[in-house]
Amino acid sequence: MLVAQEDEAAGQGWCGPSGRYVPHWGYTRMIGYYIDLALHSLRRSKVLTVLMILAIAVGIGASMTTLTIMHLLSGDPLRGRSGQIFYPQVEPDPGSKAREPHDVMDYQSAMDLWSAHRADRQALVINSRVKLLAPDTRLPPLMLSMLSTTSDFFTMFEVPIRFGRSWTAEDDAAHARVAVISANLNDRLFGGQNSVGLTLRLKDSDVRIVGVLAPWRPSPLFYDVRGGRFSGGDTASFYDKPEGVITPFTTALEINDGNFQPFTCWSNPVTPGHLQNASCVWVALWVQLGDATRVASYRRFLDGYVAQQQSLGRITRADNTRLRSLPEWLDFNGVVPGDVKLQTSLAFAFLAICVCNVVGLLLAKFLRRSGEIGLRRALGATRRAVFIQCLVEAGVIGGLGGLGGLFLTLFGLWLVRQQPVPYADFVHLDVSMFLATFLISIGASLLAGLLPAARASLVEPALQLKVL
Amino acid sequence: MADLQIQPVLAALRKHRIATIVIALEIALACAVLCNACFLIAGRVQAMHVQSGVDEQALGTIKLEGFDPEQANDLDARVMAGLRAVAGVQSVSAVGAVPFGEASVIAGVHLDAAGQQFGGVVDFYVTGPGAANAMGIRLLSGRMPAPDEYMSVTQFVPKEAPVLITQVLAKHFWPDENPLGKTIWSMDTHFRVIGVVDHLTVPQPGSGEEKDADWSIVVPAMPGPQFAGKYLLRANPDDLPRVMRDARTAALKIAPDAVLDLDQSRTIGELREKFFLNDRVMTGLLIAVIVALLGTTALGIVGLASFWVAQRRRQIGVRRALGATRKDVLRYFQIENFLIVTIGIVLGMALAYGINLALMNIYELPRLPAWYLPIGAMALWVLGQLAVLAPAMRAAAVPPVVAMRSS
Repeated sequence: MLVAQEDEAAGQGWCGPSGRYVPHWGYTRMIGYYIDLALHSLRRSKVLTVLMILAIAVGIGASMTTLTIMHLLSGDPLRGRSGQIFYPQVEPDPGSKAREPHDVMDYQSAMDLWSAHRADRQALVINSRVKLLAPDTRLPPLMLSMLSTTSDFFTMFEVPIRFGRSWTAEDDAAHARVAVISANLNDRLFGGQNSVGLTLRLKDSDVRIVGVLAPWRPSPLFYDVRGGRFSGGDTASFYDKPEGVITPFTTALEINDGNFQPFTCWSNPVTPGHLQNASCVWVALWVQLGDATRVASYRRFLDGYVAQQQSLGRITRADNTRLRSLPEWLDFNGVVPGDVKLQTSLAFAFLAICVCNVVGLLLAKFLRRSGEIGLRRALGATRRAVFIQCLVEAGVIGGLGGLGGLFLTLFGLWLVRQQPVPYADFVHLDVSMFLATFLISIGASLLAGLLPAARASLVEPALQLKVL
Repeated sequence: MADLQIQPVLAALRKHRIATIVIALEIALACAVLCNACFLIAGRVQAMHVQSGVDEQALGTIKLEGFDPEQANDLDARVMAGLRAVAGVQSVSAVGAVPFGEASVIAGVHLDAAGQQFGGVVDFYVTGPGAANAMGIRLLSGRMPAPDEYMSVTQFVPKEAPVLITQVLAKHFWPDENPLGKTIWSMDTHFRVIGVVDHLTVPQPGSGEEKDADWSIVVPAMPGPQFAGKYLLRANPDDLPRVMRDARTAALKIAPDAVLDLDQSRTIGELREKFFLNDRVMTGLLIAVIVALLGTTALGIVGLASFWVAQRRRQIGVRRALGATRKDVLRYFQIENFLIVTIGIVLGMALAYGINLALMNIYELPRLPAWYLPIGAMALWVLGQLAVLAPAMRAAAVPPVVAMRSS
C-alpha cells in the first residue's frame, strides 16, 4: 500500500521516467517528503531504529562531553587578545645545560626588564602563601595564596573590578599597603558587601582594600602557568581559581618576607623565603606588545639586555632567551591535562565504533527493503533519488540521535561537575558546542549512511521484481 | 563436518563484502581500544596499589602554618605536648612530609662531588626524632640515625646529614656496590648513607620527575625555625579516626594564632584515598567505556546476524530440506561469526599497537605487553559467539518447509 503511494509520488514529481528534474515538485518539498518516508520507515522496524538512535546518542553523548571539556580547557583565557601578550624568558643559571631557559626569572633580571618599561604594558607576577585575618569579621585566620603584581596587571589582562579601583604605578613605587580582593574572598569575608576601605591583616601588616574584583575565572589561570613540561600531563591545577588577595609586588616583598618559594635554585638562598638576592628563579614577567614591530623591537631589547648582562658577567648564556606569546606559552606547557586528552580520544574511538554499528544496521535495514526499492526503481526513481532518500533516513536517525546525545552530554557534563577536578565549576555547554552536537551527530550518521545508501541505490529494478 | 562449511561461509561473506568489512572494522576498533584501555587500567591500578612503606592504618598527620619562624620552637613544644595528651596517641614526632601528603623537599642529586654524575630527582623526607620508627619503615641493612645525629635544618635539610635510602634508590645509584657508607651530593651539601629501607614512597608518587615511586631519602633533623608545624601521630588503627578528630580540636585550641590545614591534617589512609581519587575516577570511566564498547559491538553483531538470518530463511529452509541438521545451520552462523571476528582481531592487533605508540608519546607509557593481545582476542571471540547465539538458534529453528513457501 505504502510502496504504491510512495512511488506514485516520486514518479510524478521528483524524477520522471527519464530521471530528469520535474519543476513542480520543489527541492525542499522533496526533502520534506523523504523525511516523511524516513519517519515511516523508522516506525516500521522499531527495534532496529531504537538501536541505531541509541548507538548514535551514546556515541555523541560521550564524545560531546569530552569535546566540550577540551574546548573549555583549550580556549583563549583572554578572549582573542592573547596574541598581544608575551612572556619573556632569560637563563640566569650559569650552570644550566638545558635547551630551554628556566620557566621563570630571577629577581634581578625580571626587575631590570620590568623597570625598563619597553613594552606597552608590563607586569611582574609572583605568588606566596600568606596568613590573612579580617579584623572586621569574627572569622578565624586563614592561609591563602596571594598574588603579587604591578599595576599594569589589571589593565593588561582586563580584570573586571566590581567595587573601588586597582592600585596605581605610584602605589607600586610607594610600596603602598593596599590590596585588591577577589569576588570569592569578598563573599566569604564580607558577604559580598562593598568592602573598599576596610582593613585586612596580611601576616603582620595591615593593608587597605582598594578594590574588589567582579567574578573573574580565566581558564587556564594563564599568568601562573609554568612547569607544565615537568608535570607528566598532570596539569589540572592550571585551572585553579585565581588567588583571593592581590597586592603590589613591592609591598608583598616586605609584608610576606620569608614566605616566598622558588621555582628552583642553583644554590641555596642565604635567608629562607627571601629570594631577592638568591640564586633562584621565581618571578614571572608578562608584557603586552601591540604589533609585530613592537614584538621585534622587544626581542632586540631582550637580546641586548642579556648581552649586556653577559659582559657584566652575571649571565653566561646570552643565546638562551625566549619571547613566546601567551598561546605559545600555554601550548609549550601542554596545559590541557593528559587525562582529558585521553578521555576525548577514547570517546571518539567509541563514536567510531557506534558509527560502524549504525553502518551495519542501516545496511541490513535498507537491503531488507530491496524489494520496495526495486519496485521504486522500476517505476522510474533514479539511483540518485534512492540514494538521497536513504541518506535522508540516515540523517533523520542522526537528528534523533543528536537529540538523545544532547541530553546525554548534559548528563555527562553534570557528572563532570561532580568530580573533584579544579575545572568542575565552569563546565557548561555553550552555543558552539550545542550546535556541534547536532552537526557531528548528523555528520556521523550521514557518514554511516553513505555506504548503505550507495549499496541500496545499486539495487536492480528487474531482479527485485522477479523476486516479488 | 565443520571444516566442510568454511567454503560456503566464505562464499556468502564475499557476497556481503561491505557488511563483513564494516563489522570487522568495528571489532578491530573494539579490540584496539579494549587492549589499550585494559593496559591503562592495569597501570592505574598498579599506581594506586603503590607500597607506601609506612604503617598507614596507624598514622595520621597534623599540619599548622601561618606562624613566624621565631615562634617555631615554642609552638612545637606546645603542640607536641598537647597532642601527646590526646587519649590514644602512642607517639608524636615532627616530620617534613608524609606519604600522599604535600610534596616537600625535592632536589636533584649527584653521586660525585664535582656534580658530573647525576643520580636523578628525589624526595627528601625530613624526619624529627622518633619519626622514622613511628612511620614503621623497615630497615634492610645499616642502622637508624643515632640520637645525636639529629641536627637543625639550615636550608631545606641539615648539612652533611646521615641518611636512609630505599633499596630501589640504592640499586639505581650503585647497582653492584654496597650502598652503606656511600655519599651523595645535593643542595650545596652532601649526605652519607647509613641505612637501606625496603620501601618508602615519595609523597606524590607518579606526579613528578621521580622515575620510581620509591625514590625517597630519609634525613634526620631536629625541629626548629625551618622545620616545624607538621606532626606525625601514631595510634591504634581502630582508634585512629577518633584520635585524629581529637587531635585537630586540640591543635586548634593549643595554637589559636596558627592556621590548621584541614585538608592535610588527616590520616595517611585518607590522604591516600584523596591522592588517588582522580585515578579511581579514571579507572571507573575506562571500565564504563569498555562495557559500553563491548555492549555496542555485541548489539551490532546481533543486528547484522539477525538480518542475515531473516534474509536467508529460504536458503536455510532449502538446506534443511536437503538434509542439513539444525546443528549444521547453527554451526554455519557460528563459523561465519568466528571468521568475521578473526578478521577484525587481526586488524585490531595492528591498530592496538598503533594506539599504544600514540599513547607512549603523550603519556610516557611503556609498550603494550604482547600478552594483552591474545586476551583481547579471546574476549572478542567469546563476545562474538555469545552475540550470534540467539540469531543462530533462530536460524536453526527454521523448518525445512519454508523452502516450499514463497516469500
